[in-house]
Amino acid sequence: MKTVKVNIVTPDGPVYESDVEMVSTKAQSGELGILPGHIPMVAPLEIGAVRLKRDGGTDYVAVSGGFLEVRPEQVTILAQAAEPADQIDIERAKEAKQRAEKNLQAKQDNIDFKRAELALKRAMNRIDVHENKR
Amino acid sequence: MASLRDIKNRITSTKKTSQITKAMEMVSASKLSRAESNAKAFVPYMDKIQEVVASIAVGAKDASHPMLVSRPVKKTAYLVITSDRGLAGAYNSNVLRAANNAIQNRHASKDEYVVMTVGRVGRDFFAKKGINIIDSILGLPDQPTFADIKEITGKAVAMYADGAFDELYMYYNHFVSAISQEVTEKKVLPLTDVASVSKKLSSYEFDPSADAILEVLLPQYAESLIFGALLDGKASEHAARMTAMKSATDNAKDLIDSLSLSYNRARQAAITQEITEIVGGVAALE
Repeated sequence: MKTVKVNIVTPDGPVYESDVEMVSTKAQSGELGILPGHIPMVAPLEIGAVRLKRDGGTDYVAVSGGFLEVRPEQVTILAQAAEPADQIDIERAKEAKQRAEKNLQAKQDNIDFKRAELALKRAMNRIDVHENKR
Repeated sequence: MASLRDIKNRITSTKKTSQITKAMEMVSASKLSRAESNAKAFVPYMDKIQEVVASIAVGAKDASHPMLVSRPVKKTAYLVITSDRGLAGAYNSNVLRAANNAIQNRHASKDEYVVMTVGRVGRDFFAKKGINIIDSILGLPDQPTFADIKEITGKAVAMYADGAFDELYMYYNHFVSAISQEVTEKKVLPLTDVASVSKKLSSYEFDPSADAILEVLLPQYAESLIFGALLDGKASEHAARMTAMKSATDNAKDLIDSLSLSYNRARQAAITQEITEIVGGVAALE
């Protein structure tokens, strides 16, 4: 099976590196699946899961604030934060979710509202990815 | 001449001090190696983002973004990176002097600039001078993660986008080696030199469009420039502190040596004097 090299890097260092058969994720313009030999492309990503298919299994990585750079032989995902499913601190994500929900109900201020909404999205994403793993 | 007991006390207290400075030196040394590896971990991200930004800026000539365009400068912002604590040699004073000189030379009135600081020393310095500090962060951890500084970088970039200022400069100590750090000035915004940094460019498809990607990418790029400077500054801080503590320990050792010498002299002098007195007493009896 043909594979493509995938790197996920964050400002705090690389988090994932492997050869995979397919990358699928959600870009801002919609769901995106990338196979080896794809034309060069750049696309911003939504807060969401990146699914990496390899050796019959699938790896999940929770990504927020990132974009995707594709070349025929390599895919790079640059994100402000990214965690593979098994490294997610589920307790922290749950706490963050509760905090964000509380803020959403309490705050009417526009900026804080947006911020809380984003925080909630990130927390939900982490929880989803963590649960998907099993 | 100081009495025996005085000298002894000084020796003991100097020894105590040198134990402390020695410990601080070792702590800084281990923090330095962590900071260096953090800075190293950041390199791939920075390289990649730089490459992509450059290839978009070059490849898509029609793409433009407010952050790439210089506009008439009415207000300049300075981001000065210092430490929270002293005892780091000339680390803080160098960067503060450079920033302050630049500000005084470039601007005639206080309305033309604002300052953002990282670290307590910088905040106190500019506050004392009565300079307008629009933002400051204190208590940055020794090994900062991107999440720790997202607030200040995000705010700086957003304020530029809103037109609160038209230029952003950074002042920080660039880590050259464990014994040398260089004060560096870097222009962060507008991003005028992106195109020059790249080597080999690939032409990309943009999904949905080059403009939309720049919208997402450029703020991230500016934020990572600032984050890079912070990591660099942290490494320099630990290096500077380590060197300062090392020389303090060395000085303490010299001081102890010379104090022990005078202690031994004084002790010998006291013994000689006692013997002379005894001999003198015996001679008087005969």
